[in-house]
Amino acid sequence: MKHLLAIDQLDRPAIEEILDLADHFTEVLSRDIPKVPALRGATIATLFFEGSTRTRLSFEKAAKALSADVLNFTPSTSSLSKGESLKDTALTVQAMGTDLMVVRHAMVGAPHRVASWVDCSVINAGDGAHQHPTQALLDALTLRRHWGKLDGLRIAIVGDIRHSRVARSNIAAFTTLGATVTLVAPPTLLPEDVTDFGGTIASDFDEILPDLDVIYMLRIQLERGSGPVLPSLPEYVARFGLNRSRFERLPPEAVVMHPGPMNRGIEIDPAVADGARSLITAQVSNGVATRMAVLFRLLTGKAQP
Amino acid sequence: MQQDAPVQIMDGADVRRALRRIAHEVCERHHGAENVILVGIHTRGVPLAQEIAHAIADFEGTHVPVGELDIGLYRDDLDNRPTTRLGRTLIPVDVTGETVVLIDDVLFTGRTIRAALDAVSDLGRPAAMELAVLIDRGHRQLPIRADYVGKNLPTSLEERVTVRVDGLDQEHGVWIERPL
Repeated sequence: MKHLLAIDQLDRPAIEEILDLADHFTEVLSRDIPKVPALRGATIATLFFEGSTRTRLSFEKAAKALSADVLNFTPSTSSLSKGESLKDTALTVQAMGTDLMVVRHAMVGAPHRVASWVDCSVINAGDGAHQHPTQALLDALTLRRHWGKLDGLRIAIVGDIRHSRVARSNIAAFTTLGATVTLVAPPTLLPEDVTDFGGTIASDFDEILPDLDVIYMLRIQLERGSGPVLPSLPEYVARFGLNRSRFERLPPEAVVMHPGPMNRGIEIDPAVADGARSLITAQVSNGVATRMAVLFRLLTGKAQP
Repeated sequence: MQQDAPVQIMDGADVRRALRRIAHEVCERHHGAENVILVGIHTRGVPLAQEIAHAIADFEGTHVPVGELDIGLYRDDLDNRPTTRLGRTLIPVDVTGETVVLIDDVLFTGRTIRAALDAVSDLGRPAAMELAVLIDRGHRQLPIRADYVGKNLPTSLEERVTVRVDGLDQEHGVWIERPL
């Protein structure tokens, strides 16, 4: 495996191999000195043409915990502002001896294009509303560490499915690992190709609450155009927000997830987000171990397909 | 490569005797087994470490902590090897200030032990590290030697040494295969 561009390039054994590796890296990260020499000498560049806090920091921390060197590219302070193209930027970064690029871009398919131009490995860290494979892997790891396995888990993904690369990646990963996924959203926030997704659709959030093990809340993405298709924000909050009364109707062992960044008080009540059954902080910690696993898998054993 | 039928070098009883002797030697050198931690290197070092610990408990009455160590992240050939599954690294006590006895089945080039020394150093600062192996087959590529050896087995580079350990392989035994 040279690139990780979309979750559907991984079958179940391939996902499980990465999650097993990530479990070991969780142990490494719990040490007093959370660093191993596995990728000494490797150079990893993060090219984020779109904003990010946790994903970029998470990749950077993962790379450093594996002793790789990290180059960070930020568009606002780069020659992009002088009109340098995506291709020239990628080739420039490659020419500095980069072994792997982590690419985020608002345009669907941009990381795939970069992968076709460069010789090094490429990880898609989010392309438009398309894919975010390491998010799906870290969420699968979080659920596997909490429940032991995903087989038979009943998961609802709630919110702006239409604009969500997280939803597209996570539905595929969760169903590949044996969970059943229900999508909950106003019709205007469901994509047209929703039937290809592999999840069933529920229009009534309240009805399905008692039958869930996991509730995965998505962010309302005003920057990607959630705004115009919403009737009104208060109505959305009333019908699709995870408030305390909805939370209380969940089974007692059900858990809450959110990929961040959260709009507190919109899709999720702050008390629910910070409660004991929230896995949101665990998702962030598991993100580092998961990205270590992906970096390790892509950059070692190059003799392997 | 075609191989001769494997020749058995040690049977189950031989392996058990060698491990018991190593257990005695560890206690002899340290006047008992206080402050000693046995750390088995994945995969076959782990059950060997457990058996040595049982032997020490048997005749010394001391329960020595047993840890396991995977050196996969410390290899110097990660670029070329296929990605192997990692084993668990779990040492139940702090290694700092203790004597760590690394345990492996076969000592060959010494590169595994070099990686293990780094791996343990990342977990703490032991007072001393020692090495016990069931088989020393020679051909070192690094200045590393074992403190406790079950059996010295001179080999040629082409030969293949197979160790089977009860707990993983249902039986104890050591075999050598020679190319035709």
